[in-house]
Amino acid sequence: MKCLKTTLKGWREIPEGGAITEPGSSVNFDVTAWRTASPVIDQNKCTKCGMCFLYCPDSAIEIDEAGNYRVNLSYCKGCGICAKGCAPKAITMVKEGH
Amino acid sequence: MGRRVGISGNYAVAYAVKMADVDMIAAYPITPQTTIVEKLSEFVANGELEASYMNVESEHSAISACVGASLTGARVFTATSSQGLALMHEILFMASALRTHIVMANVNRALSAPLNIWNDHSDAMAQRDAGWIQLWVRSAQEAFDATIEAFKIAEETRLPVMVNLDGFIVSHMYEPVELPDEAEVKKFIPSRPLGNRVSTKSAHAVGVVGPPEYYYEMKYQAIDAIERSRMKIKEIDREFNSRFGKSYGEIEAYGVDGADAVLIVMGSIFGSAKEVANSLREEGKKVGVISLRVFRPFPTQELRKAVEGIKAVGVVDRATTPGGVGNPLYNEIATALYDMPERPAIQGFVAGLGGRDIRQDDFRLMYSATENAAKDGAGRCMYVGLRE
Repeated sequence: MKCLKTTLKGWREIPEGGAITEPGSSVNFDVTAWRTASPVIDQNKCTKCGMCFLYCPDSAIEIDEAGNYRVNLSYCKGCGICAKGCAPKAITMVKEGH
Repeated sequence: MGRRVGISGNYAVAYAVKMADVDMIAAYPITPQTTIVEKLSEFVANGELEASYMNVESEHSAISACVGASLTGARVFTATSSQGLALMHEILFMASALRTHIVMANVNRALSAPLNIWNDHSDAMAQRDAGWIQLWVRSAQEAFDATIEAFKIAEETRLPVMVNLDGFIVSHMYEPVELPDEAEVKKFIPSRPLGNRVSTKSAHAVGVVGPPEYYYEMKYQAIDAIERSRMKIKEIDREFNSRFGKSYGEIEAYGVDGADAVLIVMGSIFGSAKEVANSLREEGKKVGVISLRVFRPFPTQELRKAVEGIKAVGVVDRATTPGGVGNPLYNEIATALYDMPERPAIQGFVAGLGGRDIRQDDFRLMYSATENAAKDGAGRCMYVGLRE
């Protein structure tokens, strides 16, 4: 897990008790290093049921302009829930570095 | 007008919580719970205190509920003892780092094994690094007064405060207690909306992940807060004095001027230590005693000033740090006095574990060993009253 922000707040600037007051701040954190395998979607098999999108605990499945489901690898931790939940078996987990 | 009543230390705390007009109490109702929350549940049930009373399934849940309620700005209270405090351990750290203003009474009792419900300080000492302000009292009256002060300290520093009272010796002893007029207490700690962090009017996330880039800074906020609480504690004690005519300070020194040997204690044994010091002084011995009312933040400056010119101090621990250099209170005091230009010899003692009485003879022995330390330097920690 790595903070993507180039300037980090000092302790006096952080809201009391470490509260987060801006929404969606988790996009500032790259979690790529946690992943050992990444999901690869076969767009030919994909029925666009959206189960991967719903199941992904990190909201790393996104829908592009053409309506296709894509994995945002900056936020995918490689847990494989999307592949398990994919009924037409369109998602395969591919080991990193192979 | 106030009134004078005969109540136990536990009830003194309960009366203080009632007068503080808390919004919410969460407590585990079974042993090691005390009559503090039993009395409070009675106040709530018969309509004397308008508060939400939550019976929970463990102390872990009790303190968790208090953290949640406190984050909405409510005035909250819980009470526990020994194993109950130990079960709260992980949440205690969250309560301080999330800057909640929880007030908790902890009736000091030993930790198992062997199973023991009697008084010592091992429960609170095991939580000394949790970031809580710790107040220590010596009587039912002090238990009442400290609890009232605790609400103001907690709310003004936004740090949780633990009021420690010795199990049975203070908690169950019936003593005369002056209860102030409830309206006066309300003026001292007015119930006003506290800085909410969880609210339907704003969007905040609390209890978030603090990755390596942020954990340190977030943690430091709580470190800075407890350092700054020193001035607040003094200020609030002064204000308490101007309203109620009683002041406690961080430490109390008795017979320390011109003394050769001084014992340093916490909690109810201050009384016995004073008694024995008096009789030794009649025999011509120059002995005195210091009691700490505030353990966190540790009153380093006050203590250094109080022991100036004293040849030896004896530190009485009612808890141990097995395998450590010294025991909890000894270690604090040794560190606090270490770089004094002329520091006293520091003799460590362990006494009164698991409710073992510390008798007058034990105090005589500790005073005498401290006097010896003044002459020959301190020796190893002495386990007072331990059978061979």
